[in-house]
Amino acid sequence: MALPIYATPLERIWYYAYRVICALIFLFLIAPILIVIPLSFNAEPYFTFTQKMLSLDPMGYSLRWYDTLLTFGMQAPDVPRDASWWRDAWTNARWVGVAKNSVIVGVFSTIIATVLGTLSALGLSRPEMPFRRTIMAILISPMIVPIIITATGLFFFYSSIQIREWGVPYLGVVLAHATLGIPFVIITVTATLVGFDHSLTRAAASLGANPRTVFRKVILPLILPGMISGALFAFVTSFDEVVVVMFIAGPDEQTIPRQMWNGIRESISPAILAVATILVVISVLLLAAVELLRRRSERLRGL
Amino acid sequence: MKKLLVLTAALMAPAAHADVTFLGWGGAYGRAQTEAHLKPFTEATGIRTVMTDTDNPAAPVKAMVEANNVTANLVSLEQADVIRLCDEGLLEEIDPASLAPAPDGTPAADDFLPGALTDCGVATDVWATVFAYDDSRFPDAKPTTIADFFDLEKFPGKRGIRKGAKTTLEMALMADGVPASEVYDMLETPEGIDRAFAKLDTIKSEVVWWEAGAQPPQLLADGEVVMSTVYNGRIFAAAMNENKPFVTVWDGMQYEFEVYAIPKGAPDLDDAMQFLSWSTETQNLANLTKYISYGPTRKSTAAVKKTWEDGTTDMEAHLPTSPQNMTNSLETSFEFWVDYDSELNERFNAWLAS
Amino acid sequence: MEGRPLKQALARAQSRAKRRALLLVVPLLLFIVVTFVAPIGQMLLRSVHNDAFARNMPNVGAWFAENDGAPTEDAFAALVADLRLARENRTAGEVGTRINYELGGTRSLFTSGARGADDLEPPFATSLVEDDAKWADPQLWQVMRTASSAYTASFYLAALDLTRDGDGNIVRVPEGRAVYLALFAKTFALSALITAICLLLGYPVAHLLATLPLAKSNLLMILVLLPFWTSLLVRTTSWMVLLQEQGVINNTLVATGITDTRLPMIYNQTGTVIAMVHILLPFMILPLYSVMRPIRPHYVRAARSLGATSWTAFRRVYLPQTVPGIGAGALLVFILAVGYYITPALVGGASGQLISNLIAYHMQDSLNWSMAAALAAILLAAVLLLYWLYDRLIGIDNMKLG
Repeated sequence: MALPIYATPLERIWYYAYRVICALIFLFLIAPILIVIPLSFNAEPYFTFTQKMLSLDPMGYSLRWYDTLLTFGMQAPDVPRDASWWRDAWTNARWVGVAKNSVIVGVFSTIIATVLGTLSALGLSRPEMPFRRTIMAILISPMIVPIIITATGLFFFYSSIQIREWGVPYLGVVLAHATLGIPFVIITVTATLVGFDHSLTRAAASLGANPRTVFRKVILPLILPGMISGALFAFVTSFDEVVVVMFIAGPDEQTIPRQMWNGIRESISPAILAVATILVVISVLLLAAVELLRRRSERLRGL
Repeated sequence: MKKLLVLTAALMAPAAHADVTFLGWGGAYGRAQTEAHLKPFTEATGIRTVMTDTDNPAAPVKAMVEANNVTANLVSLEQADVIRLCDEGLLEEIDPASLAPAPDGTPAADDFLPGALTDCGVATDVWATVFAYDDSRFPDAKPTTIADFFDLEKFPGKRGIRKGAKTTLEMALMADGVPASEVYDMLETPEGIDRAFAKLDTIKSEVVWWEAGAQPPQLLADGEVVMSTVYNGRIFAAAMNENKPFVTVWDGMQYEFEVYAIPKGAPDLDDAMQFLSWSTETQNLANLTKYISYGPTRKSTAAVKKTWEDGTTDMEAHLPTSPQNMTNSLETSFEFWVDYDSELNERFNAWLAS
Repeated sequence: MEGRPLKQALARAQSRAKRRALLLVVPLLLFIVVTFVAPIGQMLLRSVHNDAFARNMPNVGAWFAENDGAPTEDAFAALVADLRLARENRTAGEVGTRINYELGGTRSLFTSGARGADDLEPPFATSLVEDDAKWADPQLWQVMRTASSAYTASFYLAALDLTRDGDGNIVRVPEGRAVYLALFAKTFALSALITAICLLLGYPVAHLLATLPLAKSNLLMILVLLPFWTSLLVRTTSWMVLLQEQGVINNTLVATGITDTRLPMIYNQTGTVIAMVHILLPFMILPLYSVMRPIRPHYVRAARSLGATSWTAFRRVYLPQTVPGIGAGALLVFILAVGYYITPALVGGASGQLISNLIAYHMQDSLNWSMAAALAAILLAAVLLLYWLYDRLIGIDNMKLG
């Protein structure tokens, strides 16, 4: 939208003002995310830029908060850092422990959400699907229903069926997070199936391919980008979820966001900002992955 | 996929369950309990421990037991909550005979301070709600009395107060000139309650409400408030460990017992009992003062020298039980709060929302 | 196939295809029903079911079942018997708590009543009332009568700031105790405000993205998507860093001399609104963008060439074409905002709390689970209504992510 030559002076002013306004809104979107990165290297226990930091004095910066992430919760953090120190950190450090939990819960709930979500997206995209609208509404509803209501319901439900007695660690949290991730998988996979030409599967079948081959050779390549980006969405949803964990997770099933919740309320140290920085880096990587997939999908479908 | 499963299996292996699962208050107090009790206990016995932070463990305990979903087997509670939960059958009963005797052989039942042992709990320390201010914000006159906390003209600026009726109403009455000995009699009357809320009304617009005990030192450090009610141990820890210019005002302080208890139907009951008896041994009880300035509850701890973790600061003067700190003080009445906790909190919340 | 009419064969093939499609969806549908629909349904049951009184006070319950009207000596005797029972079973607190939900200041009546019940002598109608005059209160008896049935609508009444008086009529609760209606109103008002601000900020950005060449807009789109992908807690933390009194923004304002007094921007409504706008803005921009992208610039140009000013061209030609995007974004943002919990809890202070926070309070602190369920049911009804509206107007199929 270049400025047309017939623009009046007022419109010219507006044209540039509009750009400035947009730039400010972009700043509003992105600045809060970037601001935590330099602050996480603060040598002082403050949430704001110190004089030394502003004058770019190396003394104003340090990695001490990242170090805290490792040492917090260790049995013996002050001994020399040999193999046993690292073993101690791996088994006892609080943040390491919650990171492990987050990964476990994230991976398993993503697998469940992706498999079930993809299957039903395939079903939903078939033209002969009955009650399509209603079923779709039910399957998407976990995204819409306020999380506090879901968490409350699950708290009572899991207590009443005594899920913790079943001997499967993380089961309650994994199932809950799978439920929350499913809408994302359905939405992204359905999107890749929009405009899917069902005569393709019929053509493959008439050429002698059995249903498995049809799925593997025709459908899967088309929906794979959608599946993966749906899976990434589901993973991020689980990785970022705190309310359900707060209500139903056992003491040994706490995740990164849950620990952050505690940390934010007693944030005497910028250690929380160090975690935030790491999470921002992870989200940048995930975003890059999803962008690449989206482009690939568009290319494949010839959009 | 296979790789993924192998990887997660490797991750899962060490994340086994702990045998003592402790519900604490987070922040400096949680750290003190971890350093003085949980870690040394694991070292001494090999029994694993895990600390979970909450704003106040009383609510999760009740929720756990009533929902029949008990995951923790040791909790740190305020005395009033212990009595109330015990009355409602939500805590395991504890036999004083199972506790360790004093070093000189005095049985635990005689060695603990009066009232420290109840049917369902063992008191571990005496703590106090005091108020503290940031010295750098008051270069001239400094607040010295509880009335100053409510004096917006002499000491302008935001105040932090715990979001709840307990200690807040008492403080309001004491600031309004009610002698400590008459506070609870007055709070049993509607007029007394109105008077407390009327006093709170005078500063309501300037109050930042906190919920977790770790918040007030943070609010002071961030300059979000100029003074705040705070648990005396937290503010002392912040002043010592973070070199903050925080000053504690002991006038109008309210003290009570902090208690270890076991939720009804807790898993690994034996481990929890062993922890309870180990952590309340004289020396281990006194060790808590190394990390938090709360007074131990056994008479025999008087003989133990109590120093801060820096190795030099003598702790006697900083404990709520020290006579010089108790000149104008109020012992929190658990009898009162057992009965009135829910109704006064309800009134408090309605007041807050209006 | 031979000999079967074509119509029948087609119908059979059709129904087989239908079954096959359904078969693909069934596993997930079952999963969602078990892990999501059933738990919420079970929870909602609590909003009308609470047997704390009925279960623990059998005698007085029996009296209520048989008699109407004011309590007699029999009723007081039954009550005292129940109080003794409650003392023995340690249930006085539970019973008192149940009655206290509806009539403030009565929990202590039951706990102390149970403690003294063993010493009471008949006639109990006098001795109990002598102990505490509150036992004669007709409203107390009215509340006990309703509580003696496990099923009750009282929690919905309470959630709407209503109560029953001594004669059983439904009346408003006294001024100082009304909490919920105002909070619902505040939740909806703040959500509307947040939606409006999101629209105000999102519209120009979406327009810019939609009109720039694809390569450039894809690059700028990253600035929208990164917040979308970043942890909610990270973003909330960032706002705490920025907004607090000694935070980055206040420090900058003071250092540059724009203000002397530091602005209170956090632990109040302002903090909630700012942080929530930031978190929900991508949900506004993305649907707007997907509607604006296909709009071709010819229409606006045609309008201009026919003599319309740029404002008129925008208002009469461009804006109407973007209405579906505005509807989709606004509804989505509003739905998400109404149920928000984390951000208000962390940056909202006392004044920036929403209805979700009160549900959490009743779940975790006051442990009035029936009340939490009743509030949750009302919130859920509102959200589902909006969701239905969304499906009607926009269609769930059209929901897009990134």
